Amino acid sequence: MEALYAACVGLMTTCGIFMMLRGHTFTLVMGLLMCSYAVNLFLFGSGGLTLDAPAILGQAKQHADPLPQALVLTAIVIGFAMTAFAVILAMRGRADLGNDHVDGEEPMDPLAKPSVPTQETK
Amino acid sequence: MKLVDHIAVLPVLLPFLAAILLILPPLQGRIQWQRSFAIAANLLLLIISVWLLVTINNQGIQVYALGNWQAPFGISLVADTMAALMLLLTSVLGLSAHLYACAGDDARGSFFHPLFMFQLMGINGAFLTGDAFNMFVFFEILLIASYALMIHGGGKQRTQANIHYVFLNLIGSTLFLFALGTLYGTLGTLNFADMADRVAYLPTEQLPLAKAGGLLLLAIFGLKAALLPLQFWLPRTYSAATPAVAALFAIMTKVGIYSIWRIHGVIFGEQAGELANMAQAWLWPLAFLTLAMGCIGVLASQSLRLLVANLVIISVGTLLMAVAINTEQTTAAALYYLIHSTLVAAALFLIAGIVQQLRGKAEDRFVTARKIAKPAFIGTCFFIAALTVIGMPPFSGFVGKALLLKSTIDQPQMAWFWGAILIAGLISLVTLARAGTTLFWRSQGNQVTSESTPALQIVGVVILLACFPLLVAFGGPVTELTQQAAAQLYQGITLTAGAM
Repeated sequence: MEALYAACVGLMTTCGIFMMLRGHTFTLVMGLLMCSYAVNLFLFGSGGLTLDAPAILGQAKQHADPLPQALVLTAIVIGFAMTAFAVILAMRGRADLGNDHVDGEEPMDPLAKPSVPTQETK
Repeated sequence: MKLVDHIAVLPVLLPFLAAILLILPPLQGRIQWQRSFAIAANLLLLIISVWLLVTINNQGIQVYALGNWQAPFGISLVADTMAALMLLLTSVLGLSAHLYACAGDDARGSFFHPLFMFQLMGINGAFLTGDAFNMFVFFEILLIASYALMIHGGGKQRTQANIHYVFLNLIGSTLFLFALGTLYGTLGTLNFADMADRVAYLPTEQLPLAKAGGLLLLAIFGLKAALLPLQFWLPRTYSAATPAVAALFAIMTKVGIYSIWRIHGVIFGEQAGELANMAQAWLWPLAFLTLAMGCIGVLASQSLRLLVANLVIISVGTLLMAVAINTEQTTAAALYYLIHSTLVAAALFLIAGIVQQLRGKAEDRFVTARKIAKPAFIGTCFFIAALTVIGMPPFSGFVGKALLLKSTIDQPQMAWFWGAILIAGLISLVTLARAGTTLFWRSQGNQVTSESTPALQIVGVVILLACFPLLVAFGGPVTELTQQAAAQLYQGITLTAGAM
């Protein structure tokens, strides 16, 4: 179970980082979302993985560490708020800057042929 | 329970309640009422921080268990002298920045006052907390408020700088959680005092994991504090924000430095066994290079706001070098320097804001433009702030740097430290002299710009400028306090752990 769990966290983080490196706000938000799912799983696992163990004392002989669950709950709430803000900011950036690249302009492609300048001046 | 028992939680509660009240109907939408209420809340916060400092001085460290859940399971707030000094600094800074903003900057967008209060709540909480996860939560509170404050007033340039700032910090928050998960998995606790106790007894196979967690934390605090490879966001962000917000942000890099002190100076400090001083090897060269980068940035700046933002990087480099030396003497001196450098950076940001208004289209760029209407007053303000930031007598910059130099006199790194600080001082002197002459003396034609400066903006700047002579005049008591803070920082961990 541990290996599967670790592989899931690792895979999600990898995907998240890959998407974050794309340089556009939309993929960046998706990447952050992936990474925050991965980090929530990671936090959940940080107290040790157990089966059939409630996180409340006195309910069973064996109980799970309740603290990581509290931490994950907080992290989820904060993650939601931050993602909502990031989405709104990305939309605002798209509107203000005219494109969704994180630097505010598409990087120049040295191989591209010189073309007629576009009329878009936002 | 008397009110004095709850004093440690008041600096968090007060801005929180003030922010909520500012959104509710009686105050909502009435900018004049909001201004008076917010200034009153700021004054009250100032009084509470002084009171907290006095209480700690009389009764020792205040530990406040939230909801009466005892540590290490509950979250505790720990108010020692260092935290109280940082709170006092925040409230002075908050008050003057807020007064400046009330002259009209706050009306450029909505919700300035509540956001400002939430920001203060986050900063105060980050200074007071005694628990690593709680520190994350307060970091997020101060960050989400700062995201919105930074973009306050709108505009293309701000949006662009804000996108970088927000996404970098969101990535930072994700890494912060990974670090906390790793540390919880190895140490089994997130309470600072408890962590300091357990880190020395880690089983050998857990050591690399704990080290990875600790160093990941260093990277995150380095991002907040603008340590070298992670400092590129700072100049653009700070120079794009409105002056009042930039002035408040002067404390934000210090939150990062404070956290490095708490975590890497103390928890992974001398007593940490195998992991003792693990951050120092990274911190020293990076801090040195940060200082060098700040100097290059200062020389290359083309406007006063960019110049001040790069001066912030120089102060970060200086402070982190002192943190890397990590002795009680140096920490005490660095704390004095921290107080002074935060105040002077804020003062310079406010002055840059005034200069920008006065010079019309030339803004605060270093180009010859029309004469400023009454250059004497703002010129004097700039001169005082410049002398302070360079470290010339008679103001607090000189005392701060002298203390720092004196405290490192018998350290092996002394030569590098002295050289770096003195050369950085010289470079700031050259660039500020150039900036001052261009902005106030060189002018084109006889026409005079006609803009005037609102009284509230002047009050904001004067409050900050008044701190520099005061820091020198009361240098004795202030250095005693910083000494006490440093002493508590290094013993405090075992002390509070013993009480639990």
